[in-house]
Amino acid sequence: MSTPPPALAVRRAEKRFGAVQALKDVSLEAYRGEVLALLGDNGAGKSTLVKCISGVYALDDGEILLDGEIVALHSPGAARRAGIETVYQDLALFDNLTPAQNFYCGREIAFPAWLPRGLQLLNGRAMDREAAAVLERLKVRLPKFDAPVALMSGGQRQAIAVARATVFARKVVLLDEPTAALGLRESRKVLDLIAKLRDEGNAVILITHNMEHVVELADRAVVLRQGRKVGDVKPSRANQRELVSMIVGAEA
Amino acid sequence: MGEQRERPSSAFDANAGVGVSAVSLGLRLLSLGPVLILVLMTAVIGLVTPSFATPGNISNILAQTAVIAIVAMGQQLAILTRGIDLSVGSNLALGTVVGGLVFRAVDSAPLVMMAMLVTGATVGAVNGVAYVVGRLPHPFIITLATLSICRGLALELSINHTTMRGMPDAIVAIGGSSTFGVPNSFFVVFAVAAIFLVMTKAMVWGRWIYAVGGEPQAALEMGIPIKGVLISTYVVSGLCAGIGAIVLAGRTAASSPLYGNLLELDTIAAVIIGGASFLGGRGHIGHALIGALMIGVIRNALNLNNVDVFFQMIAIGLVIVVAVEADVLRNHLEARARAIQAAAIQ
Repeated sequence: MSTPPPALAVRRAEKRFGAVQALKDVSLEAYRGEVLALLGDNGAGKSTLVKCISGVYALDDGEILLDGEIVALHSPGAARRAGIETVYQDLALFDNLTPAQNFYCGREIAFPAWLPRGLQLLNGRAMDREAAAVLERLKVRLPKFDAPVALMSGGQRQAIAVARATVFARKVVLLDEPTAALGLRESRKVLDLIAKLRDEGNAVILITHNMEHVVELADRAVVLRQGRKVGDVKPSRANQRELVSMIVGAEA
Repeated sequence: MGEQRERPSSAFDANAGVGVSAVSLGLRLLSLGPVLILVLMTAVIGLVTPSFATPGNISNILAQTAVIAIVAMGQQLAILTRGIDLSVGSNLALGTVVGGLVFRAVDSAPLVMMAMLVTGATVGAVNGVAYVVGRLPHPFIITLATLSICRGLALELSINHTTMRGMPDAIVAIGGSSTFGVPNSFFVVFAVAAIFLVMTKAMVWGRWIYAVGGEPQAALEMGIPIKGVLISTYVVSGLCAGIGAIVLAGRTAASSPLYGNLLELDTIAAVIIGGASFLGGRGHIGHALIGALMIGVIRNALNLNNVDVFFQMIAIGLVIVVAVEADVLRNHLEARARAIQAAAIQ
């Protein structure tokens, strides 16, 4: 029996913005049930790569494969439908909507199926129920379930964004610095959620600057520098320093 | 947040203390503010002006408010998506003129109404497509352009560049007659409001409008068809101008290229003083209706007391200033509430 293909593979990705070459010949693979850390200094191309995988940007060259098949991700909607969930750095939450409305925005539970999508009627009760069940399962407690998320704290908002990804994650979950703005306790909670995503059989790609989190959670780490892949290693306490020097470009 | 895990959610409010309740009371008052002001205003005017609270006058207010209310609901949609529709007034005038021309050719109420609705929706579609496909930063300029174009077209098309008498009987009945003392145009407002309520609150499309207006970047990232949502918003706003054209042409039994002058300002004012936010994604159809009624009541009261029309303009301007300040205050209170909550969790 052959080994299953990676849930996500990026082959020879190239992306350029005017004179800036953001990605040069980047290839990586992410497997189900593993956390892949994507490391690099500011401007190394991490967020660009994430946005190419999640359909926000189109690659200039190269290809993206899901379960071994080449896919065209023309838009974030297409990427989501293909099974790629993204937790963006800006969270992509709607401040004016409730947690449940945020969960299902763009993927509303609605009926009847024969009407065009926009004209279908919302099944608000089902969405409230499902979202409440997910938050319960993930042990995310919110002060008010029916208040707009504008009224919630940074940690709660982060938890909502990650929880939303867990509802719909089917193959690949990308997280762009999910703990950057959080305190210790809140970060812990988000790391627990990430572990849960992995245990549920997703390929998790995690961008972070926190080496502690990388060593603790990541099965592999891919390092980008100036748009190129400069390393693909298994992070541990022992090679933590080596990883850092790869990121900043100094030889250890 | 870890601490909160063991804590039932109801304990949260008790723990956060006085700060939260004061802020949330403030937020609640602000959301009720326009209704309270309308009720208070009506009560005071009723006491001061005996001729105000008579069935005849109330029916009059409803009839005069109908056009603003209908068009303001369309305007509300545009404002919900962080946009604006400046073309509604001249779009309405063009609608009546096209309807009037159709009436000259054939005395058919359905055809005349259809002509007005199609005119409105077409202008709306031009606005929406130019905004989205032309990648304009804001709909302000394109709707300003169609404001000018529609007024010019209406003047050019109308015979002798002025008012044309006559409308089919059915349209005159819709705009000018009453049933059991209630103007028929009020029922039109009611029907449009009911449809809007379903569209904005129960339909996927409505949820998308709030999403696009609330957080455009997130809407893109969540895969919402932003372009379609925006174009349809301006089509619906134009359609409302078309419905307004039917009501106004009916009330006056005429069509005129001069109708709807400054209606764009009245409708924007209605939406804002009704309590919706200019920041997008906040507000509902009730805001447009309450705002339209406030404008109607203020105008009517000042008229009954023989206050001249220039002062009416000043009064409505002052109300707008108050409403916009209330919007700013609400955003400030929301930020406070968030800060208090975050502090309570640490």
